[in-house]
Amino acid sequence: MDFLVMHQGLPLLSALIFLPLAGAVIGMFLPSESSARVWALLVTIANALLSIPLYTGFDLSTAKFQFGEHHPWIPIWHINYTLGVDGISLLLILLTTLIMPFCVLASWRYIARRVKAFMVCLLVMECAMIGVFAALDFVLFYVLWEAMLIPMYLIIGIWGGPRKVYASIKFFIYTLAGSVMLLVSIIALYLNSAPHTFSIPALMGGNYSTTFQILVFLAFFLAFAIKVPMFPFHTWLPAAHVEAPTAGSVILASILLKMGTYGFLRFCLPITPVATLTLMPYVLWLSVAAILYGGFTALAQKDMKKLIAYSSVGHMGFVTLGIFVLNSRGVEGAILQMINHGVTTGALFLCVGMIYERTHSRELATATGIGKQMPIFVTFLAFFSLSSLAFPGTNSFVGEFLVLAGSFSRNLLITACAIPGAILAAAYMLRMLQKVIWGGVDNPKQSLIDLNGREIVTLAPFLLFVFWIGLGPTPFLAVMHASVNHLLSQVSLAAHSTAIGMLP
Amino acid sequence: MNLMPFAPELLLLLGSLLLFFFTLRGDDKGARAIAIVLGLASVLLALATVHERGNLFYKAYQIDLFSQLFKVLIAIATTCVLLFGRELKDISPRMQPEYYLFLILSSLGLMMLVSSVELITLFVALELSSFSLYLMVPMRDDRRGLRTQMEAGIKYIMFAVMATGIMLFGMSYLFGLTGSTYLADIAPRLGHLLKEPAAVIGIAMVLAGFLFKLAVFPFHFWVPDVYQGAANETTSFIASVPKLGAVALLIRITMLAAPHNQAIVGMLVIFAVCSMFYGNLSALAQKDLKRMLGFSGIAHAGFVLLGLLTFQQQGYATSIFYIAGYVLMNMACFLVLCKVSKTGENVEIADLAGLYKRSPLMAFTLAVGMMAMAGIPPFVGFMGKFMLMAGALQAKHLTLVILAALNTAIAIYYYLSVLKVAYCDTPASDEALEVDFTTALVSLALIAGIITLGVIPSQLLDLANRAVASLL
Repeated sequence: MDFLVMHQGLPLLSALIFLPLAGAVIGMFLPSESSARVWALLVTIANALLSIPLYTGFDLSTAKFQFGEHHPWIPIWHINYTLGVDGISLLLILLTTLIMPFCVLASWRYIARRVKAFMVCLLVMECAMIGVFAALDFVLFYVLWEAMLIPMYLIIGIWGGPRKVYASIKFFIYTLAGSVMLLVSIIALYLNSAPHTFSIPALMGGNYSTTFQILVFLAFFLAFAIKVPMFPFHTWLPAAHVEAPTAGSVILASILLKMGTYGFLRFCLPITPVATLTLMPYVLWLSVAAILYGGFTALAQKDMKKLIAYSSVGHMGFVTLGIFVLNSRGVEGAILQMINHGVTTGALFLCVGMIYERTHSRELATATGIGKQMPIFVTFLAFFSLSSLAFPGTNSFVGEFLVLAGSFSRNLLITACAIPGAILAAAYMLRMLQKVIWGGVDNPKQSLIDLNGREIVTLAPFLLFVFWIGLGPTPFLAVMHASVNHLLSQVSLAAHSTAIGMLP
Repeated sequence: MNLMPFAPELLLLLGSLLLFFFTLRGDDKGARAIAIVLGLASVLLALATVHERGNLFYKAYQIDLFSQLFKVLIAIATTCVLLFGRELKDISPRMQPEYYLFLILSSLGLMMLVSSVELITLFVALELSSFSLYLMVPMRDDRRGLRTQMEAGIKYIMFAVMATGIMLFGMSYLFGLTGSTYLADIAPRLGHLLKEPAAVIGIAMVLAGFLFKLAVFPFHFWVPDVYQGAANETTSFIASVPKLGAVALLIRITMLAAPHNQAIVGMLVIFAVCSMFYGNLSALAQKDLKRMLGFSGIAHAGFVLLGLLTFQQQGYATSIFYIAGYVLMNMACFLVLCKVSKTGENVEIADLAGLYKRSPLMAFTLAVGMMAMAGIPPFVGFMGKFMLMAGALQAKHLTLVILAALNTAIAIYYYLSVLKVAYCDTPASDEALEVDFTTALVSLALIAGIITLGVIPSQLLDLANRAVASLL
C-alpha cells in the first residue's frame, strides 16, 4: 500500500460515491414528481460541497494516491475496494460533482414526464462516474464503468428525441462491445502479476513481455478509444448526443468522454509503457485525423447539437494528441483540455437545450437571428463559442496551446497537420454564431423570451470557469504536476530499459 | 436411524402423498395451498439442515454441505415458481391438483438426485424428477386446438429417454471397469484407468444425461419446442430448477475424470463454445419470449461449463455460484412473462411493448433480469461471468475465454432489444397491469437477490467453495 495515502476520519471518497446512490434510493420513494427535482438538486449540491475538501486538502507535493480507502471485497480473487485520487483524477471528480447540479437544473422544465425516474437515473450516474475516477481496483473500476451504461441507456432511450431507440442501442452496444476485451485483459494482467492482484497502482510498471503489453494495450485502446471517441470509432457519438435530453448530452460530453482519455492516462501509459511507445505514432496520427475530420464534419452540420458533437470529436483529438506526445506540457495540456472541454461543451449543450425548449428545434435555420430577442442568451453563447474555438483569454486557449507546444517538441509534421484543426474550429463556431445572432430577421418565430433567472444561474458558473482557467490556470495546473511527472517517469523508465527509439 | 438430515425430502414425500388425496377429490384450491405451504416449509427445513452430515441407505445417499446447499437452492426456486405461478392460467382447474403433485414430486426427485452417490440411486432419483416433468408438459389447456403441448411433451420424452439411455449405457461401462456402482469406489479405481478409451467414453456418456438436463449444445434440441409448448409456469420450472440438479451431478461426475483428462476437457471446451455461439446467435432471431429465453439458457449452460472444465475447486464453486445466480435472473424474467401473459398464452417480445407504462415494477424486474443475464454489473450475472472467465483463463483456456467474451457482446443485443420494447415502445393498450402483493414481493426479493449476490458475492462463494471441498 505504499502508493496510497490513507485518509483518516470520514471516508470522503466513499461518501461522494454513495451519497448520490442513497439519494437515488430515497428518491424512488418520494411522493411527487416535483419534489424529485428539488431532492435531486439538494443531493447534487450537497455532493458538490462535499467534494470541495478534496481540493483544499490535496497535497501538491506527492504523486501518491490521496484520500485512500482500502477494504477487502472478494478475498478469494484478491479483489479489494480501493479508492484514491491523484492529480489526474482530482479535477475530473470535481468536474463531475460540480456539473451535476447544473444537469438537474437544465432538466427542470425540459423533462416533463417521469421526472422521478429521470432524477434517479441522474443520481445513479453520478455515483458510477465518481466511482470510475476514484477506483484503484480494476474490478471495481470495471463494475462501475459498465454499470454506468444502464442509466445512460435509459436516459437516452426513454427521454430522448425521435430516433432515441437507434441512438441508445448503438451507444450501449458500441460501448459494451468495446469493453469485453478490456475485461479479458484485466484478467490476463491479474494472472501475469506476482502476487496476483487487481490493484491498478500495483500493476503499473510490471515486468510484462512486449507482445503481452501490445495485446493488452490494444484491448485497452479499443475500449477507451470508443469512449473518447477517437476517429474511426466515433459514430455512436453524434447519434447519442442528438437524441439525448440536454442533461444527457451534458453528462456525455463533459464526463463520459473524459473516461476514455482518463483510461489512457491511468492504464495504457503506466501499465503498458512499452506498447505505448511502440504504438504512439499510430495513435498520434489517429488524433490528427480526428481533429481534421471532426472539424470538417462540424462545418457541414445543420443541427446545432450535431455540430457540437462533431466539434467534440475534434477537441478530444487534441486531448489524445496531448496525451500521446508523452511530455509534461502535452499531458498537462491534455488534462486541462479535458476539463475545458467539459466546461465549454457542457455549457454549449445547455445553450442548445435552452433554444430547443423555446423553438422545439435544434436546426440552425430555425434559430437564425434570435440575437435580437434573446440578448442575454447570445452573450453567453458567444463567450462559450469563443472558448470552444480556443480564443486567447478563454480556457481552451491555455489547454490547446500547451498541447500544441508539447506536440511541437515531439514532431513538427504532426503539429503542422493538427494546427488547421484550430482554424476549422474557428470556422464552424463563427458560422454558428453568425447565423444565430445576425442570421437575418426573417425568422417566423420572433416571440422568444430571454433567459430566466434559473437559466442564468445555470450558465453563469460555466462562464466563471471559462475565464478563470483562461486567465489564471496555475491553480489547476499545480495539482497535476507531481502526478504527471511521476506518470512520465514511469513511461520513460520503460523506454530506457527496452531502448525503444522515439518517434521517427 | 436419525431422520433429521433427510427431513426436507421426507416432508415433500409425505406432502405428495397428501396431494395425491387432493387429486382424488379434485380440489384445486386446496392442492395449491398445500403445495405452497410445502414449498415454504421445504425452504425452512432445507435451511435448517444445511449443516447436517450423514448417509443413509447403505451409503447410497449422502448428506453433506454440497447436497444441502443444492437442496436449499432447489427449494427456493420451486417455491418461487409456486408463488408467482399461483394462477396457473393455462391449466384447467381439473388438472391442477395433479399438476401440483407432479411438481412437488419432481422437486423431490431433484433433491434426492443431489444427494445420490450411487449410480442406481442416482438413476432412480433422476427418473422420478424427469417423469413428473414429462407429464407436466402436456397438461396445458388445448385452447387453441394446435396440440403444441402434446408435440412438446412427445419431443421432451423422446429426447430425454434417448439421453437417459446413453447415460445408462455409460454407467454400465463404469460398472464394468470398476465393479462398483458407488461413486466413492469408482473414483479411486478409475484413477489409473483414465487413459483407457472405455473409461473416457463411460464418463462422457454419463455426462450426456446431465448435459441434456442443462441443455448444453448437442443435447439442446428439445429446448425451444418444449419451452414454447409447455405452459408458462411449467417452463419457468423446467428452465431453472432441474438445471440446479444437473450442475450438481455434472460436478460429481466430472470429478471422476479429475485431476486432468484431456479428452473430457476438450469435449467440454467444444460443447461450451458451441453452446454459447449456437444459443446466442439463435436467440437473436427469436420473436417468442420463451424461445428466446430458451436459447439464452443454452448459451448460459455453455458458460457454466467454463467452470467445470477447469477441474479445480474454485472452478466448480464458481459454477455453483453462476447457476444459482442464473436461476435467480431466469426466475425474474419468467415472473414477468407469467404476469404479462393474460390468459396463459405465449408472450411475443412485441407484447411487452410499453410495459414500463403498464407496470413499472414488472418492467424494472425484467430490466434487472435481462441486464443480469447480459452480464452487466452490478448484477450477479457479471460477477459469475467474470469469475468463470478468470478461472478458465487461469486454467490456460485463453481462446475459450476470448470466445466467451465475444459472446457477451453478441448476447447484449437481444437482451437490450427486449428492454427497448419494454421501455421505449408505445403499448397497444394503456391498461395498467395488476400485480398482486405476493408477486410484487417475490419480484422485489429476486431483484434484491440479484443485486446482493452481484455486489457481495463472497458469502455464497465461500459456501460453494466449502461445499465443493467437502467432495474432494
